[in-house]
Amino acid sequence: MPTAPGPAAAPGAPADVRERHVYEPTSSRLTTDRHYWRELWERRHFALELSRAEMDATHSNTAFGRLWLLLNPVLTASVYFLLVVIIGGGRKGPDYFVHLLGALFAFHLLQGAMTAGSQTIVGGGKLVLNTSFPLLLLPLSAMRTAVSKFLPTLIIFFAFFSYFALFAPKSDANTLHFSVVQLMAIPAFGLLVVFTAGMTLLMATAQVYFRDVSNFLPYVTRMWMYLSPVLYFAWQMKPWMLKFEIFNPIFAILAVWGETLVRGDFGLPSWWLMAVAWAFGTFAIGLVVFRAKEREFPVRL
Amino acid sequence: MTDATTPAAEPAIVVSDLHVSYRTTMERRPTLRKAIVRLGRHERTVRTVDALKGLSFEVPRGSVLGVIGRNGAGKSTLMRTMAGILPPTKGRVEVVGRTSTLLSLGVGFNKDLSGRENIVLGALAAGLTRAEIDERYDDIAAFADIGEFIDMPIRSYSAGMTSRLAFSVAVHQNPDILLIDEALSTGDAAFKERANAKMKEMVAQASTMVLISHALASVRTLCDECIWLDHGELVMHGPPDDVIRAYVHKLKVTESAVVMEDL
Repeated sequence: MPTAPGPAAAPGAPADVRERHVYEPTSSRLTTDRHYWRELWERRHFALELSRAEMDATHSNTAFGRLWLLLNPVLTASVYFLLVVIIGGGRKGPDYFVHLLGALFAFHLLQGAMTAGSQTIVGGGKLVLNTSFPLLLLPLSAMRTAVSKFLPTLIIFFAFFSYFALFAPKSDANTLHFSVVQLMAIPAFGLLVVFTAGMTLLMATAQVYFRDVSNFLPYVTRMWMYLSPVLYFAWQMKPWMLKFEIFNPIFAILAVWGETLVRGDFGLPSWWLMAVAWAFGTFAIGLVVFRAKEREFPVRL
Repeated sequence: MTDATTPAAEPAIVVSDLHVSYRTTMERRPTLRKAIVRLGRHERTVRTVDALKGLSFEVPRGSVLGVIGRNGAGKSTLMRTMAGILPPTKGRVEVVGRTSTLLSLGVGFNKDLSGRENIVLGALAAGLTRAEIDERYDDIAAFADIGEFIDMPIRSYSAGMTSRLAFSVAVHQNPDILLIDEALSTGDAAFKERANAKMKEMVAQASTMVLISHALASVRTLCDECIWLDHGELVMHGPPDDVIRAYVHKLKVTESAVVMEDL
């Protein structure tokens, strides 16, 4: 956006250097890409503030308030503890239970971001119609919320992990131990976030055109979870099933996440390659689709 | 008010041969199910709307332009294009200065958040910094005059309170150009008076304003120039009295008090 100093400003005039905006037909939204990304960066506080305000609003009428960020994963863990360890009769040990927690919380991050993301553009109606700003900020804000909700779950995860690794008796079903390789869970988490951001952008766009996407989402994501290594280990899968998992976008990401975080194992290099490809591929597609359709959003609401 | 600008001053807004058309759906609520059913029947519900067809005009800095025309004439589309929300299909819009928009739907996009949070979020999205918002927050709240409701969710507000807040947010962004779409249609007489006073004060400070209104009386008192749009085309551009007279004549009604306030 070129800026030109205007004529001497009148006393009390708001600005002495005036902004100049030129709106012309473009393939992307309104102005050049560089302008778009600069505005996105300048207005990043909007996304942060929106996410923070919405998180406060969800908990404002509850007795425990923000404590729910910890209570939710505790209750989830309790349900599965009951299911796996008590009802399941201990046939599956701590290894399985801790893997389940790690994978479940990671999958909830994806699920939560997709669900919230699908509502961002449609739910941002008035703001989208009345304010000129990079709409990408809305799904990014939903992403930020999802990550903020995920981080406290790590406390619960490591509470269980530490107990089994340090105090519980070791056995075939409890091989949990701390290891340096667990640090590789950080890049694995990075891939999960990149992939989730791509899916969030796709859902935000899809919901504008098909308002029943958010109705399908709970069922689609649940089926997706059962087809992914959440309730079982990646290495337990039958070879013929593993062949098809290359087409499951979240498979490799969850596999490297689970292997590094829970087992302290690097995992297969081919899994890492697949995880990187799916994460960045999905993000690129999500970004291109969102940007291509973004200029249409105000007339589709 | 126009004498505040020197003849050499460049206009605040230049619209040249502006065309805007967009594709939109005819469905009330587009769904995947309907899309699949339609695919089987080879139907299409997407229609191209030619909202603006070749408009050209300029708005001198420090002047107030009124926009009149019937529903569906393209007034709101014109506003959104000048604000940079909708892209032109053809032609060009050049805007010099910071723009603040006050379009008909008002502020408060998230009904579960408080007035305070909506003010901050709306201003952040519009590009104000934290420091600028903190500096103006008290003025915004005082001008909107909604008392303790400022910390309640917007869903508990009356229509008048919402529009007062929206107006207050828009004018306190210290814009060079203010785009107003039917903003004064709600709110009581006392607030209309304060709003009019505030707008006059802003114009005196060399702010430029574009005002869409069906209340022809306020167009007549506030505006220096007026344009009349019909079916996306510019019918007339000139002094408000002349344009309003021609517009009312076209509507085949006399200038009764009802027309002056409600059309």
